[in-house]
This record gives sequence, C-alpha cells and structure tokens, in this order.
Amino acid sequence: MSSFSPGFRGRARSLADRLPPGQYPTEQFPVLSAGPTPRVSTDTWTFTITTETGETHSWTWAEMMALPQQETVTDIHCVTRWSKFDTPWRGVPLDAFFEDVETAADFVTVDSHGGYTTNLPLEDLLDGQAWIAHTYDGYPLSPEHGGPARLLVPHLYFWKSAKWVRGLRLTHEDEPGFWESVGYHTYGDPWREQRNWGD
Amino acid sequence: MRIAWRRARLDGRHPQTPTARSLQFTVPGWPGHLPGQHVDVRLTADDGYQAVRSYSLAAPADGDRIELGVQSVPGGEVSPYLADELPEGAEVEVRGPLGNWFVWRSEQTEPVLLVAGGSGVVPLMAMIRAHRAARSVAPFHLLYSVRTPAEIWYGDELTDRGPSLDVHLLFTRERPPGDSRAVGRLAQADLEKQAARLERTSPVFVCGPTAFVETAADLLTGLGLDPATIRTERFG
Repeated sequence: MSSFSPGFRGRARSLADRLPPGQYPTEQFPVLSAGPTPRVSTDTWTFTITTETGETHSWTWAEMMALPQQETVTDIHCVTRWSKFDTPWRGVPLDAFFEDVETAADFVTVDSHGGYTTNLPLEDLLDGQAWIAHTYDGYPLSPEHGGPARLLVPHLYFWKSAKWVRGLRLTHEDEPGFWESVGYHTYGDPWREQRNWGD
Repeated sequence: MRIAWRRARLDGRHPQTPTARSLQFTVPGWPGHLPGQHVDVRLTADDGYQAVRSYSLAAPADGDRIELGVQSVPGGEVSPYLADELPEGAEVEVRGPLGNWFVWRSEQTEPVLLVAGGSGVVPLMAMIRAHRAARSVAPFHLLYSVRTPAEIWYGDELTDRGPSLDVHLLFTRERPPGDSRAVGRLAQADLEKQAARLERTSPVFVCGPTAFVETAADLLTGLGLDPATIRTERFG
C-alpha cells in the first residue's frame, strides 16, 4: 500500500503508452499565455528567418499560404501537465521555409508578437517535425491559441510551440527564451520529463 | 538543481465556499516561495498509479508550512479527493515552488492591480497577504469577480482591508443586498477607475478561467495599459 494519499484511486490506467510521465489527458484545449493575447492581422503578417550572418528570408501571409501545405494529426503535451490526443492541424512544414536558407547555426530563437521568445535546436524544426500552423480542426487558428499562425513542434512540451510567431533567428549558442530564462528546461522533452532546470 | 518531490502532511482544511477549500500542509525542507507561485501535487494509488496537478500557493512563505487553494471540480480526478477525502495527518507529495513570472515581490513599490475571476483569486491572495505582512505601502487594487456572494473566497480577510488595499467585488449572477452594480460580466467600466490609479510601470496580475482572463486582458490593453505590464495565469 502506498504511504501517500490513502484512499486515492485515480482514473483508468489504459492510456499509459500514449501519455508521457506526469501528464493527464484532457478533451479540452486549455490556454496558457504569460500575458494579453496580441491581435495580429494576416494583412500585415510576415514570417522572417534571420541567419547567423544577418541574412533575412521573409514571407507574407499569401506567400506562406502558397507554399506546400500539410495536414498533421498529433498528440500535444503541456508542461502544466495536460496532454491532448489527436489534435488536427494544417500548416507549412519548416522544411519548406528552410529550402533556400544557408546556415551553419545549431540553434534557433523563436520570436513572437507580444515579445514571447523560445529556444530550440535547429534540428528539432526540420525533417517533418515542425510546422507553421494556421488551421486547427478545420478552422483558422483563434488568437488565444496563437492565431493567425503559431509554431507547432509537438515532440517537445507545448511552450516551445510559440504562439503568434513572427520569425526565427539562427544562433550558434543555445540562448534561453522567455520561460527558459525563469526556470523551464532548455530542451523540454516530455518523454524525459524535462520540465524545469535540472530535470 | 532539480526540483525535488517532498512529503507534505495535511494539517487542516477550511471551507472557503461550498465547493472550495484551503488546505494547510507541513512540508519538511520546503525552500520557500514568492507570492503568486504554485506547486505540483502528486497523489499515489495503492497500485502505484500517480496523478499530478498544479495548485496555487495561497499564502506567502512561512517556514515549512504552505497553504493551497483547491476548487473541487465535479468528476475531477484529483480535486474532489484533495478537497474532501484526504485525511488530516495523511501525506501527499509536492514539488515546487514553480512559476517565476506570475510573482509579486514586496520590494516593488508601484501601485498594483489584481484582477481575479473565481478561484483565480488564490495566487492573488498570496500577494495580498505578503503585501500585508510586509506592511507595504504600494497601493493594491483588487477587482474580484464571482458568480454569487456564496462563492467569495477569503471573505473575512478581504473585508478587513487596511489602508493600502482596495477591494471591488463584482457579481455576475446574483448580488448581495445593497450592491449597486447590476449583475453581469466584467466590463470596461469596472476597470476604468482602478486602471486610472496605476503608474505606467505598474504590474497587473490577472488570474481566472480562460474566457475571463482573455476579456480582462483585452479590456486593460484597450484602456491603454502597456501589454508588457500585464501578467496572466489561466485556469483550464
């Protein structure tokens, strides 16, 4: 018998193989943001990749929508411990944006409207692992979930999937972003439970 | 350094509303925390199954004692157990403190606006209590939205305000006798007076259900507040 929480039974255990450690499944789509929701118009939206040499590559909304689009259905895992299964997205794989980008950088800082930033290794954005997502469940992505477009990197905790994304900066060093500067793990693999510094 | 799981013994619980409780725990080795931070609570069933949820700390650091606010969610896996079943003297595990963004530090001197919806008042109460304990003269303005008078958390403490805490209650479904505001959701008129008393760099803390926080943050930026001064925490 457990020495903690006597009488606690909990729910069905059937999801064990799909649920990273310490997570619980939800049917809802909770919203986590550090501040107010920015309102970003697709009329003025741009997405810019800036390389370590300062070279820039930019796309307007129309140019982004003209790139090859992909549907993906994936599980997402928030560091606040909810996981949501089979979330349906539509967007552009990052590989399409990086086709003509020359870089020797290993890391990326993601910049968002509203000042949010997050950091991750460049290799985690490539090879079909990440998207600029603009559609959720068949509808334009709503502002509170990061619309008009957010980064989608579902194999990492969801704070890495920056809402209201406006650009990527390529860097040689891994530079801590917003949450990474105040205690969140620099990489954030949910299967290794990398929530906080030292995990 | 890795944040450790620690044993936490339930010392007592007090009803705040018909469905909400304050829980006091003793956590040997607790490292202390800042007002606004939260903890993860881990429960373990007899077969080893574990469930973890986050709860806000309702009081400032006090040695190895912490207070959590728990709103019992019908059908919830963890909150009904914590609210009503965990026996006094029994243990759970906690990990924290967590969240280094939604915090107020008692050295801060600017006026502060706190906007709470329902159980979102819990981390803001930690700030109010820290403000009182530090005898801070930073003016605190709390705007607290609840559905009915029975759903006010910390009622006694919020009535006994002291000179630098100003409290406005806002009722969305049912108001107490004598309350002059018509029942209804948070609107711009509810925020104008408090927003006008802030300084340009004043911190604003908004906590509550997602729809409430979205509305409040939109209204505040609409009133001209710098979005960078508004910190939000959403439940669900």
